[in-house]
Amino acid sequence: MNDALRDLYREVILDHSRRPRNYGAMDAANRQSDGFNPLCGDRLRLFLLVEDGAVRQASFVGDGCAISTASASLLTEAARGLPEEEALELVENFRGMVAGESEPDGESLGKLTVFAGVRDYPTRVKCATLAWHTLRAAIEQSGETVKTE
Amino acid sequence: MIAAPAYDLEKVRADFPILSEEVRGQRIAYLDNAASSQKPRAVLDAVDHVYETGYANIHRGVHVLSERATEHYERSRRRMAKFIGAQSADEVIFVRGTTEGLNLVASSLGRYALREGDEVLLTGMEHHSNIVPWQMVADLTGAKVLAAPVTDRGELDMDGFAALLSDRTRIVSVVHVSNALGTVNPVDEIARLAKERGAYLVLDGAQAAPHLKLDVQELGCDFYCLSGHKMYGPSGIGVLWGKKRLLEAIPPYQGGGEMIRTVSFERTTYAEPPAKFEAGTPNIAGPVGLAAAADYLDGLGIPEVAEHEARVREYAESRLSEIPGLRVVGTAREKAAVVSFVVDGVHPHDLGTVLDQEGVAVRTGHHCTQPLMERFGVPATARASFGLYNTEAEVDRLAAGLRTALEVFRP
Repeated sequence: MNDALRDLYREVILDHSRRPRNYGAMDAANRQSDGFNPLCGDRLRLFLLVEDGAVRQASFVGDGCAISTASASLLTEAARGLPEEEALELVENFRGMVAGESEPDGESLGKLTVFAGVRDYPTRVKCATLAWHTLRAAIEQSGETVKTE
Repeated sequence: MIAAPAYDLEKVRADFPILSEEVRGQRIAYLDNAASSQKPRAVLDAVDHVYETGYANIHRGVHVLSERATEHYERSRRRMAKFIGAQSADEVIFVRGTTEGLNLVASSLGRYALREGDEVLLTGMEHHSNIVPWQMVADLTGAKVLAAPVTDRGELDMDGFAALLSDRTRIVSVVHVSNALGTVNPVDEIARLAKERGAYLVLDGAQAAPHLKLDVQELGCDFYCLSGHKMYGPSGIGVLWGKKRLLEAIPPYQGGGEMIRTVSFERTTYAEPPAKFEAGTPNIAGPVGLAAAADYLDGLGIPEVAEHEARVREYAESRLSEIPGLRVVGTAREKAAVVSFVVDGVHPHDLGTVLDQEGVAVRTGHHCTQPLMERFGVPATARASFGLYNTEAEVDRLAAGLRTALEVFRP
């Protein structure tokens, strides 16, 4: 693997793509949203348990490339415990970083800075952001919450 | 006995300026020809020649440049008529590409032929451009769109196809060569069955034109569409061929200048084909480049090109079969120069990125054939598609790149 590839496929990303965390449907979820990337056919479904205005738990199922799978997996870890507004801020910070609009900021993004290399691969930016757009949709749909009886 | 002249691959490659481009220190191995092919010097020069010596708007001007441009344009129409075996140049409509050709046929033939309850029969391996336009006209007319099944090898299930044909079938529209799998469909048999039912036959020839010697009259279809950019010509130009009496019968597609005879607010009459279907100022230099591409292909000999491509494809299939966990999707007995594949545990998109780092260009995704991907239970494939300039050494680079990808992604 050459250096350019190593910058994209960082060890953390490969690890999460091989063994995605929080993978599976969540029975207790009260928010759910689907993401689809028509360009490459990647699909994912994100489940959230939101209580008192904060994300208590997040999980996902789906089928995608290493970047999109790892991104969803790391998202479910990062979103956990965040108040909804902070989760939405994180979506914006993440998007800004991989789109090359802002520098990777370890303070706000933590481990998620491993995705900074994506900015050099314009065709892969959507792979990285798919789960995050889905997270925003899941949070913003608060008026029409998916009920899980 | 005189031996056939050997296919001079070195010389062919030298005709394509872009093939000497370097990507990350290596010559590009361009294996994405089913998406779009590169252009030989002769095509680039032909287009330049129009702009440098004879460009103006066509058909209307009385001045010399307009006459020259009109002659360039109409000579190209005659050249393309010969290339596809049309009876007359009036049957050749210049369009933007296969997508526009299919939209034109779906809209005009659809409005002419379809009534509520009628059926349009497609196949499960159609490109979206041969699905969506039919759905659009079906919505307008109350017709139904059906799709014939595809076998596990990626061939058309002819029994299933025949079973879906009925007296309600008014139009059959089928891809000649599948872009996603490379399958060459048995269009003779399809034409025979469609004719038995009195259905019109439309063929999507986007992938066939660069690989197969075409004779639209022998094929037995009513309409045939192709794209210039997939047969080494410019992008933004293609051909729709239709039988003259049908082109006369069906309504126009777009309205505007050039396609009319007389216009008044009470009543407008239309020009004869082909002008009837060429509203507005067309792509003027594009047809000239396309005609040059036809010259180029015929100069090499399409059977010779096809033989070379088959050799490269078979070599690719054998090299790829050595890669653990790789499965070729689409193993039809009659195939053009496409190898679509998936690799266990590695998403096609990641394969594409790793190969790109090695200077190997392939396509990854659903190839605008979502129903077909669904049929094979994959969200996407990686696809290597070969053209007349590809080499076995480029296939070796593909195989090496895939092994690199395995090292990265397999735990």
